[in-house]
Amino acid sequence: MRPDKLVARIAIYAVLGFFALIFLAPLYVVLVTSLKTLPELRVGTMLALPQGLNFDAWGKAWSSACTGAACNGLQPFFMNSVYIVIPSVIISSMIGSINGYALAQWRFPGSEIIFTGLLFGFFIPFQAILLPAAQFLGMLKLANTIPGLIIIQTVYGIAFCTMLFRNYYVAMPLELVKAARVDGAGFFRIFWRIFLPISLPIFTVCVIWQFTHIWNDFLFGVVFSGPESRPITVGLNNLVNTSEGVKEYNVDTAAALITALPTLIVYIIGGRYFIRGLTAGAVKG
Amino acid sequence: MTGLSIRNVHKSYGNVPVLKGINIDVAEGEFLILVGSSGCGKSTLLNMIAGLETITQGEIAIGGRVVNDLPPKSRDIAMVFQSYALYPSMTVRENISFGLEIRKVAPEERKRIVEAVAESLQISHLLDRKPRQLSGGQRQRVAMGRALARDPTLFLFDEPLSNLDAQLRIEMRSEIKMMHKRTGKTVCYVTHDQVEAMTLGDRIAVMKDGVVQQLGRPQEIYDAPANMYVAGFIGAPPMNFIPGTLEGEGSGLVMSIDTGAERRRLALPFRPADVKARPGQKVVLGLRPERITAAGASTSDPLKVRVDMTEPTGPDTLIYATLNGKRTLCRVQPFAAPKAGEAIALDFDLSRALLFDPESGARLDGGLAG
Ligand SMILES: Nc1ncnc2c1ncn2[C@@H]1O[C@H](COP(=O)(O)OP(=O)(O)O)[C@@H](O)[C@H]1O
Ligand SMILES: [Mg+2]
Repeated sequence: MRPDKLVARIAIYAVLGFFALIFLAPLYVVLVTSLKTLPELRVGTMLALPQGLNFDAWGKAWSSACTGAACNGLQPFFMNSVYIVIPSVIISSMIGSINGYALAQWRFPGSEIIFTGLLFGFFIPFQAILLPAAQFLGMLKLANTIPGLIIIQTVYGIAFCTMLFRNYYVAMPLELVKAARVDGAGFFRIFWRIFLPISLPIFTVCVIWQFTHIWNDFLFGVVFSGPESRPITVGLNNLVNTSEGVKEYNVDTAAALITALPTLIVYIIGGRYFIRGLTAGAVKG
Repeated sequence: MTGLSIRNVHKSYGNVPVLKGINIDVAEGEFLILVGSSGCGKSTLLNMIAGLETITQGEIAIGGRVVNDLPPKSRDIAMVFQSYALYPSMTVRENISFGLEIRKVAPEERKRIVEAVAESLQISHLLDRKPRQLSGGQRQRVAMGRALARDPTLFLFDEPLSNLDAQLRIEMRSEIKMMHKRTGKTVCYVTHDQVEAMTLGDRIAVMKDGVVQQLGRPQEIYDAPANMYVAGFIGAPPMNFIPGTLEGEGSGLVMSIDTGAERRRLALPFRPADVKARPGQKVVLGLRPERITAAGASTSDPLKVRVDMTEPTGPDTLIYATLNGKRTLCRVQPFAAPKAGEAIALDFDLSRALLFDPESGARLDGGLAG
């Protein structure tokens, strides 16, 4: 490599490394803080490494930290989130894929109008639907329950999922459906046998997106939940805001990490497919 | 009993008419070609026959049975598409047997049919591959196999060869022809390629703007096109259209031709009584390139022409000349071909000449066949 090129290359890596450090610094601080004891926190600096791997703060955050009056840690909130996220993600992805298939491949009269309407729904801010949604859940007698939250998250996610799948299926030739109809297959059989088996990349994108979105949701979680159905984001908020005298930063940071862990894991497992799925449609289209 | 009958069929999308009253009867076992330039409504008509589009007005009958309100699967048809439309997640075997499976054909019978079809198309070694592992030609064969496995009374093809390269297209063309001979089934075949139309069809329907311009045997359409559109569409290189003015001379008709090298009046072979035009009227003379050849010893009255350009094609050489201000192609033997800029004496065989109205494109000579 020529010297001037080498210099340029080194400069690029230096800049990239610098920004990587800046972005990673908060994660580092949170991680080391969660591994320290309270006395350690008082004496050391924020950036200092912990003296050992001490998971006491993690244990307390998980099962015994106080979140308001109750002192059971994040555990019950975590499980609530799991019960909310899993059905919401599965249902909204399934409905989204069938909707997207219908809009992209069956072009019935008015399908463009419905698609535009869905796009509009996708851009409606959360705040605008809070009151009608609360009324709706009240009517169903599901206010402040986990099923109620599942319904809200699913309905709100359908617009996005539909758009995602519609854009994926619109790249497939319309002749596929024609050929299958001549072969004698109907709407659902064509979906099940022909479109679903080629949808893994876009399902991955949709599931990761929906999982992250619903797991991290705070607004719906705080508005539509009751004492027994609060999701983990609300739990974390309560934990951090409940203090008995001294502020336990190690417990707070451990709780934050516990809250973030599932989305991190989903990304690490599915990230590769996420990128592949996002670009798959673009290449074909 | 007819294989396919299309009676006064109309199609509109909203207020836009796409097909404007199509009438075609196809005999059982006949190979019908629908040909026309892109956007003239060929695919729309084929989709209506298949039941994939609704019929705005009119009636379609397959094997004597009106099918207007039947879904595709009940019409006893099979269809091959331009993009092949193979199911991407299924193997070749599953692709071919999908339709059989839906119609609840027993598994052993399915296996037997798939293998027989694969054998006849020489794709037995590909049965366990996915479509993406196949070449274009192989995909085409699988698409054919899927249609053959159904054993329908009517085959529909929508430009099945237009995604193949020239060599494969010729190969598959003859294979489709052989398949038709073997099965003896009625075929309705859409193409925009006039060579395919000429070589494959028992009869050809030439379409334009949702109207059938002419329906007839290939040679009939070639020799006696109904109008200027059909005359220009069928045949490659296309028919020459030389503009001019009809003149009377004695008891016959003549037309002045300015070749760039000389100006002459050519006697036209039409009886004035048959011709729907009077002397003095502007007309277009239609003459196929192979009717203008190098003058030989037997040519009674050669015409000298200045050559603009030559184009050797192998068996013969095309000569571009300008007649009455219009580019004209002539077909001469390679050994007789001059160079560009030179002059050549040509033999105009007007016995097959046609006369058209320059405005409407309608035939004006009386030789309208059929
Ligand atoms: N679904 C549709 N909606 C509106 N117009 C259509 C539709 N399908 C086809 N057309 C129009 O009908 C005409 C004929 O189309 P098509 O049958 O595909 O032509 P061809 O196969 O001869 O190229 C075209 O002008 C096309 O734009
Ligand atoms: Mg077409």
